[in-house]
Amino acid sequence: MTATLHSNDPVLATFAEEVGDSDPVAIAGNRTRWDLGGPLDEGTRLLEPPSGIVEYTPEEMIVTVRAGTTVADLHEMLATRNQWTALPERGGTVGGAIAVGQNDYHRPARGDLRSSVLQVRYISAEGKLVTGGGPTVKNVSGFDLPRLLTGSLGTLGCIAEVILRTNPIPASRRWYRSSDVDPFAVRSRLLAPGPILWDGETTTVMLFGREVAVKADRDRLSALGSFAECDDPGAPTGERWSLSPADLASLSTFDTGSFIAEIGVGTMHADKPQPRTPLSPGMRLVHERMKTEFDPNGRLNPGRVVGAR
Amino acid sequence: MAIFDRFRTRRTASNDDPLLTDLRHALSPERVKMDGAQRSLISKDASVFTGGVSGPVCYPTSTEEVVAIMHIAESHGRSIVPRGAGTGLAGGAIPLGGPIVIAVTKMNDILEIDEENGVAWVEPGVVNLDLSRHLEPYGYHFAPDPSSQQVCTIGGNVANNSGGPHCLAYGVTNPHVLALEVVTAAGDVLMLGGLDAEPDGYDLRGVFVGSEGTLGITTKVAVRLTKNRPAVRTLLLSFATVRDAANTVSAVIADGIVPAAMEVMDRKITQAVENYVHAGYPTDAEAVLLAEVDGPEEGIDIDADRIREIGLENNATEVRLAADEPERALLWKGRKTAFGAIAQIAPDYYLHDTVVPRSKLADVLDQTYEIAERHGILLMNVLHAGDGNLHPLLIFDGREEGVLDRVLAAGEEIITASLAAGGVLSGEHGIGVEKQRFMHLLFSDDDLDHQNRLRRAFDPNCRANPGKVMPMGHSCADIQQLRSVPTGVWG
Repeated sequence: MTATLHSNDPVLATFAEEVGDSDPVAIAGNRTRWDLGGPLDEGTRLLEPPSGIVEYTPEEMIVTVRAGTTVADLHEMLATRNQWTALPERGGTVGGAIAVGQNDYHRPARGDLRSSVLQVRYISAEGKLVTGGGPTVKNVSGFDLPRLLTGSLGTLGCIAEVILRTNPIPASRRWYRSSDVDPFAVRSRLLAPGPILWDGETTTVMLFGREVAVKADRDRLSALGSFAECDDPGAPTGERWSLSPADLASLSTFDTGSFIAEIGVGTMHADKPQPRTPLSPGMRLVHERMKTEFDPNGRLNPGRVVGAR
Repeated sequence: MAIFDRFRTRRTASNDDPLLTDLRHALSPERVKMDGAQRSLISKDASVFTGGVSGPVCYPTSTEEVVAIMHIAESHGRSIVPRGAGTGLAGGAIPLGGPIVIAVTKMNDILEIDEENGVAWVEPGVVNLDLSRHLEPYGYHFAPDPSSQQVCTIGGNVANNSGGPHCLAYGVTNPHVLALEVVTAAGDVLMLGGLDAEPDGYDLRGVFVGSEGTLGITTKVAVRLTKNRPAVRTLLLSFATVRDAANTVSAVIADGIVPAAMEVMDRKITQAVENYVHAGYPTDAEAVLLAEVDGPEEGIDIDADRIREIGLENNATEVRLAADEPERALLWKGRKTAFGAIAQIAPDYYLHDTVVPRSKLADVLDQTYEIAERHGILLMNVLHAGDGNLHPLLIFDGREEGVLDRVLAAGEEIITASLAAGGVLSGEHGIGVEKQRFMHLLFSDDDLDHQNRLRRAFDPNCRANPGKVMPMGHSCADIQQLRSVPTGVWG
């Protein structure tokens, strides 16, 4: 018997040939986060990843999708079976979202992106198709290449296809806004609130779940202050900050300009960029060794660096 | 089941060994054990495998002492094996070739409960259930709940990416660990991950969890606090066939419900459990499904009722809702002591851990019974059905001549059948030494080569738990390939 995870998809074989094994290459999705990790070396050959939904089994809560598929197209398909994924909807591709590794602002309701990538298939620096992980939600069979590739900015392999965990879309989702309620009180009052966005003055919160549960949470909100129903405010824009939930309680210590903070999560979107702290020497060593192991000649997405130096 | 003969010719240290002297100087004499009884105990874990050979067993109490052990190990050309409670079922903690064993059981403090960040900082030797009990007054628990939770350690949970019945809704250990302080085999102290939303750099925290002690040793863990659910409904559904139970599980998920847990037990194990704990399980049903939903009080009965309906649509012969917390606790006690109940039947068991797509559960379960019958082995099935995670128990008396060969042969066929159904080797027990030789069935040489590269980035000289996970033929798989071991060290 041969490995069951390995379909002989000619599309992936063709992509492997395109990636090749010698010259500098980078994958271009929709370039919505193109500048992350620094400027790409000049003269790098750009490639488009394969696209298309390969297999969707809603009863298993998994979907196999090629990297070049847009997240919007994927979610449109999943919505026909009332499911979604943790991937952010902001105009990009599936492969791009995974290479970048950033979460959607609906994270408390949709789940964590890094936990949703069950299997990754990528083309190595040597031009070989490599598979990591597997098609099941639970899997501890060997080292976790999907976690390594997620957020690696294309520096370790060219992501070709992934299997993602899908989740049921909650029966009810409602947004409420208040200008007189402490967002941290909302978080501690509710059992499992959806996203709580705060700009320093206004608290906007999504409640989700069964209709009766949303209604009960709505009543709990009323006990805290006045809330009015509103539309989903959309994805916050601006410079992305990675803070701890407790950091958000003392935002005055940061020089951010205007901001929108994801309470309970720690992500913040602000006018000014976050000052980055370089990796510790020990972490830097492991990062450099990881890059050398996976891409000894530095041909994958050259110029881009993961982790501040 | 002595499968490690190739590792058995290693030197063991005498009391005036310079290695022992250095370790005892760095820790304290009483926390470095070299007596035969201790090393014999440490040479095994909860798996069926024997044949491990332990070197000195160290009980550090601080990160600094772990660093010192790593440096001493390096200077003496020894490898190290991390160890928690030794409850692993895949042989991951079994010492091969006389390594220094670093037992974390004395690093067992709960250091800080940080409600603002939703984490607790704990040392790796904290026992899983002790942590949840400690968190109870604060209204939280640690979600992963392996059956061994009364004794297994958080450090072991991190190493194995442990699961448990309630991982269906809450996930396995990985998403419940936000940050890890680890010590590499070279003695570097690294902080992996962080309390911030999206820590910078490669997701080294994510890859460390589940790496079975091969990337280093955990010395501090920031675990996620999970709020206790105000409402819980536990249903016990009985079926005339295992297939009906498995189909119910698939149908519940397909209906858009993700229960906190869905556990199936077949008739034989249900009878054993009932004899053992008297939990009120029906002993005449061919299969029982324990399904639990939790969350806010509002709406919970909608989910519970829907599960009842789906069960009845799939031929459930009885559906019972646990009336109160004591009844619920008793039902779970039965499920969680299932493996203990086996001791009434035969002295030994071999527990498998494959995962298959939920829709294939019924077919693969049928095959497990057929395989066991053909090999003349008693088989019982208990499974984390919601996750598709099978736990076929092959039950035997090791004193019976030739039985081990049949158990191994049946196990291998079960693994092959699971992979043929599109499954994977392990859901929560890991690869250890148990399933190394099956890795080629799941992965190509190129896949395994890349897994090995990940490992080498942390531990280029293969000093941390060598001989585990990777199959023979890959570096770090065979301890005799250790690259920087001075000639003659192994004697």
